[in-house]
Amino acid sequence: MDNFLADHSRELIQLSAEHLMLVGLSILGAIVIGVPLGIAVHQKPQWRTFVMGFVNVFQTIPSLALFAVLIPLPVIGGIGARSALIALVLYSLLPIVANTVAGLSGVPPAVRESAVAIGMSDRQVLWKVEFPLALDVVFTGIRIATVMSVGLATIAAAIGAGGLGMFIFRGLAMLDTRLILAGALPAAAMALLANYGLSLIERRIRGRYAPTERST
Amino acid sequence: MAAPASAVEFRDVSFRREAGRAILSNVSFTVTEGESFALIGRSGSGKTTILKLINRLLQPSGGDVLVDGRSTRNWDAIQLRRRIGYVLQEVGLFPHMTIAANVGIVPSLEGWTPSRIEARVKEVLLMVGLPPDDFMARYPHELSGGQRQRVGVARALAADPPLLLMDEPFGALDPITRAELQQELKRLLVALKKTLVIVTHDIPEACVLGSSIGLIQDGRLVERLPPEQFLRSAHPEVQAVVASLSVHTRS
Repeated sequence: MDNFLADHSRELIQLSAEHLMLVGLSILGAIVIGVPLGIAVHQKPQWRTFVMGFVNVFQTIPSLALFAVLIPLPVIGGIGARSALIALVLYSLLPIVANTVAGLSGVPPAVRESAVAIGMSDRQVLWKVEFPLALDVVFTGIRIATVMSVGLATIAAAIGAGGLGMFIFRGLAMLDTRLILAGALPAAAMALLANYGLSLIERRIRGRYAPTERST
Repeated sequence: MAAPASAVEFRDVSFRREAGRAILSNVSFTVTEGESFALIGRSGSGKTTILKLINRLLQPSGGDVLVDGRSTRNWDAIQLRRRIGYVLQEVGLFPHMTIAANVGIVPSLEGWTPSRIEARVKEVLLMVGLPPDDFMARYPHELSGGQRQRVGVARALAADPPLLLMDEPFGALDPITRAELQQELKRLLVALKKTLVIVTHDIPEACVLGSSIGLIQDGRLVERLPPEQFLRSAHPEVQAVVASLSVHTRS
């Protein structure tokens, strides 16, 4: 065992870093796309069916299949991290969009009405009142998406994107349980840590006001 | 000397939701500057609709609503609303902002300097009887219902608007706090020479705060008189309302 760790420690650090990059970049991408999309759905409810349908569809595609489908695509696809990032962004969209919409529509009507009545423009109502009040729920979505993509990113190794999945797939091929665990355990730890860290931030956002009013 | 200018005027105003029944029909009245007009009536009679027509949360289906002599259609909605302090029953304080930020919101939207906002926030909090040092840094959920209502009034007064609209502002309060706040509001109105349109279920409140009382029945303004005369009105609906009051106080 000592030998195993010593032999693999450098690779473990390398693959963990790749894994973090995959998750971090894809979540960043999903926030940049998903939060504005959620805001758009909130402001134009007629888009809801279309947008929610779009982000839902990806959840129904098995991840391995989605990674495989992206390989032959020009520009966005191919072997490697780019395809993996795109797939991870698509998977992370649903919780982020759904929670943005839910958070915004959870703002009490009296609060929204008084924001309009004191003379805020639509944009001010959104950014000064609705979005800050929705932020904790938006953050819940980001947390769910992050934990989910730590797991999904292991599968990205199948299309050459690197990450801790490399250990897992190699271990499966070589029937080496230690290798499988060397990939799986750090990934699980990463998911738990992300969950814990992000829920701390979430609680801080929520706890600043009305600690008991909302318990989503 | 010129007659006092009209602050709010309804000219034959009707309002209906699309394809719905009329909520207001042919309502006409004038509220002159410095006057306070209390609207009473049963739930669903259209009182709140009248307030929302004044700050253009709604627009009339027929007739004209004038604020400072200008039709609300011709006002920029945002400019109009910033000249009007609005207090709702549920207060609508912003839960994620401190009391200071809540009270200073309209001045900050108007681009006042932070030091001027802070000075003004302290001033209006004192007016409504809340010591600024104890309250400015707190959040709305840390306050009692009565304190929140006071903050609501302070917020409405912050940018010194000439006109105040209140929708059952003290409806959720216990009778003692309620009476206290009514007296204080009365004092403020006189001192600050504000025009007020207030909606209430409560006749004593209407009598304390209103220089005239209007009764809304099924979307029509059926009676409008100063308090003493209102209580003696022969109109059957007024008598019904006044009768319910005397039963209420005797019990």
